[in-house]
Amino acid sequence: MGMNLTLKVWRQNGPSDEGRMVTYKVEDVSPDMSFLEMLDVLNERLILEGDDPVAFDHDCREGICGMCGMVINGVAHGEQRATTTCQLHMRHFKDGDEVTIEPWRAAPFPVVKDLVVDRSSFDRIIQAGGFISVPAGSAPDAHSVPVKKEDADAAFDAATCIGCGACVAACPNGSASLFTAAKITHLGLLPQGQPERDSRAKAMVEQMDLEGFGGCTNTGECTAVCPKGIPLDTIARMNADYLKASK
Amino acid sequence: MSDQTHGYKVGEPIRDTKAPEGPIEDRWDKRRFSAKLVNPANKRKINVIVVGTGLAGGSAAATLGELGYKVKSFCYQDTPRRAHSIAAQGGINAAKNYRGDGDSVYRLFYDTVKGGDFRARESNVYRLAQVSVNIIDQAVAQGVPFAREYGGLLDTRSFGGAQVSRTFYARGQTGQQLLLGAYSALERQIAAGTVEMHTRHEMLDLVVSGGRARGVIVRDMVTGEIETHLADAVVLATGGYGNVFFLSTNAKGCNTTAIWRAHQRGAMFANPCYTQIHPTCIPVSGDYQSKLTLMSESLRNDGRVWVPLAKGDARKPAEIPEDERDYYLERIYPAFGNLVPRDIASRAAKNVCDEGRGVGPGGLGVYLDFADAIARLGRDAVEKKYGNLFEMYERITGENPYETPMRIYPAVHYTMGGLWVDYDLQSTIPGLFVVGEANFSDHGANRLGASALMQGLADGYFVLPTTVGDYLADVKSFGDVDPADVEQAREAVQQKIDKLLSVNGTRTADSYHRELGKVMWDYCGMERTEESLRKALERIPELREEFWNNVKVPGDPEGLNQALERAGRVADFFDLAELMCIDALHRTESCGGHFRAESQDADGEALRDDENFAYVAAWEWGPDGPTLHKEALEYEYVKMTQRSYK
Repeated sequence: MGMNLTLKVWRQNGPSDEGRMVTYKVEDVSPDMSFLEMLDVLNERLILEGDDPVAFDHDCREGICGMCGMVINGVAHGEQRATTTCQLHMRHFKDGDEVTIEPWRAAPFPVVKDLVVDRSSFDRIIQAGGFISVPAGSAPDAHSVPVKKEDADAAFDAATCIGCGACVAACPNGSASLFTAAKITHLGLLPQGQPERDSRAKAMVEQMDLEGFGGCTNTGECTAVCPKGIPLDTIARMNADYLKASK
Repeated sequence: MSDQTHGYKVGEPIRDTKAPEGPIEDRWDKRRFSAKLVNPANKRKINVIVVGTGLAGGSAAATLGELGYKVKSFCYQDTPRRAHSIAAQGGINAAKNYRGDGDSVYRLFYDTVKGGDFRARESNVYRLAQVSVNIIDQAVAQGVPFAREYGGLLDTRSFGGAQVSRTFYARGQTGQQLLLGAYSALERQIAAGTVEMHTRHEMLDLVVSGGRARGVIVRDMVTGEIETHLADAVVLATGGYGNVFFLSTNAKGCNTTAIWRAHQRGAMFANPCYTQIHPTCIPVSGDYQSKLTLMSESLRNDGRVWVPLAKGDARKPAEIPEDERDYYLERIYPAFGNLVPRDIASRAAKNVCDEGRGVGPGGLGVYLDFADAIARLGRDAVEKKYGNLFEMYERITGENPYETPMRIYPAVHYTMGGLWVDYDLQSTIPGLFVVGEANFSDHGANRLGASALMQGLADGYFVLPTTVGDYLADVKSFGDVDPADVEQAREAVQQKIDKLLSVNGTRTADSYHRELGKVMWDYCGMERTEESLRKALERIPELREEFWNNVKVPGDPEGLNQALERAGRVADFFDLAELMCIDALHRTESCGGHFRAESQDADGEALRDDENFAYVAAWEWGPDGPTLHKEALEYEYVKMTQRSYK
């Protein structure tokens, strides 16, 4: 026997539309369904009833591409820790629950439609310096520069960021510090990343500000909702690198 | 010549693949030296379109931009970093021989040709093995955080189908880390102004003019606008077509539209029936299932696969005593045991389920049991190795694999078939290049684990940038694009969209897709027979007809309309599905991922028919059915043998 739920879903027909919450009932929801499969079932019904289905972003549905993301009952990606929306399953809800579903809300993430937002500001932060400049064909042998295992592991931990934007959605200031710091940390911990370390930190932080993201006040909401558990101390590292680069 | 009973014609064989002659180890050097170069000042005036931003497309666009071409890159996602290469877990092969365990370019070449069941081209595979070492160097220089040992050097592990340790990895997220490397290189070029990025754009047709690929028609998925982009060459890096089965491990958006449209415009489609079914995926849990999730092949290093000995045994796994269990892989394949290649492990799972011994809902599952590994190594050691995979399993199923065995079942994972390309990765349309999973080139009838990442990056970073330059050196002779050719392609796109929106029937595109997927899985899946394929070939046109008369697509052509996007993709899947079944029907042998029940040995193993089928089946599209062109496969270096893993 499945669950019956009441969904309150944010509907907004384009960036200039005001938007509003709309209530939908969904019935007979299986506990083994994923959250997005529950929305699929709702959308199939809406199409047949002649309504506009709810637009939402998603792709891999295995927690790694970073495309999905909704604020569920007030929490980015829902209340399950270290879980993307696509990996959230309905067994964590119970019959009769009311579930509110909203898009990421931040000025640099304008709503495209319903739950779909424009996160191209993240790409522009990477464009500012989130790379190591190395043309194809010019690389030395991979073993020419050993990397301490602990540095490699810490760089990997920061590099697991999926760019979903939950950190921004959760932050009361709408800051992109965790996202930006994750990349600065990943590349800054590796010997290959040293030549551009200063210019990278400076350019990425400046781009982050230019995009209209807020400042960090160490609230820690970002790391609490991060599906990959990017640690908060990456932000301290970013600040240190930025200060050093700005001297 | 024609074959009426199979519904296709036979055309001229393909005689020239443009691979250079001479010793195999010199061929790529020869090709590079013979390739014409483009003057740096001229590169700035040459436009190249790259569609898709996975490992192949992302690395290709970045490298072409770096070389100085004017590149336009397209992806359907909101950012190029989301392409499905990101989901690859296990690793990437490279013939570095850092372990000194006897690996070499030649051995990687040999393993790949054998693993592909002697249906891949020797020249291409050799080049892939050669280039593999450069990929690791490139990725490390970009800051890809591969796993390292305490001495600071790179760690490697073993993978199916190989006896050396040549798989480089970044925990269970190798694809993610390599893709983010390619993505960062691409973003660097976007910042430099050499690449113009178009996200949330979907390619809907190819512009062919004067016999050359000269551009694409795309839909801006946000505004709905149909746009024309012209260029001097077009590169398709749009991935595989496993979603024809509806349920697969592919991302939801993966589709065949770009390559199918190119096929209809003249690019031949090679070996469409070669699909890889991965043995270790989480089983289907209900009718609402939207996709399947893979559990890394590496789990088979320590997990033991079993089912109950008795049919219909409904006891909990813990209640089934050892002597009432059948560890069937260890029983049938004592030499390789749980580590047999993917195609063999998948079929064995299907067989025990068909016998009524499957476990879990619907009996479509087998156990992957870690109890022995936990007893031997301790829970902590198992958690260190597989912790993230166990968590993922628990998140999806709600079951704890430390306490109860995982349930797994095979699922569609990769398509070895794709657009036919020559040694230069150029399709049968001049100026249309195809890279990564979208082409057919290197894996034969079965891809080895950790070889998809290798091929995507080999194509994009190293092979294509050389060969596309050779083509573009003659750019002055291309002439202008005929506006009528553009108009005709735009018209076709517009008509299809209008038609889909106007049917206003009673079923959703997804429901048709699900039904088509079921037909393909039942009749053209892990095991194919003449009878099943004929059934599919009867059912697919009926279903397509019904789709075009009864689908309901809501909304307008303008603005974001995800239902319209899906409907367009499903429409193309119907046509592709038909070609896959025709190909599977004509190939009466079994090879790699293509198992024809009529062609097996006394032990039930796949039986190749080298005398009649040692060729690439390249299909030319035609309004009255396809035409088959055969490219004979010759093995000068690796002797053709029947694979055995017993």
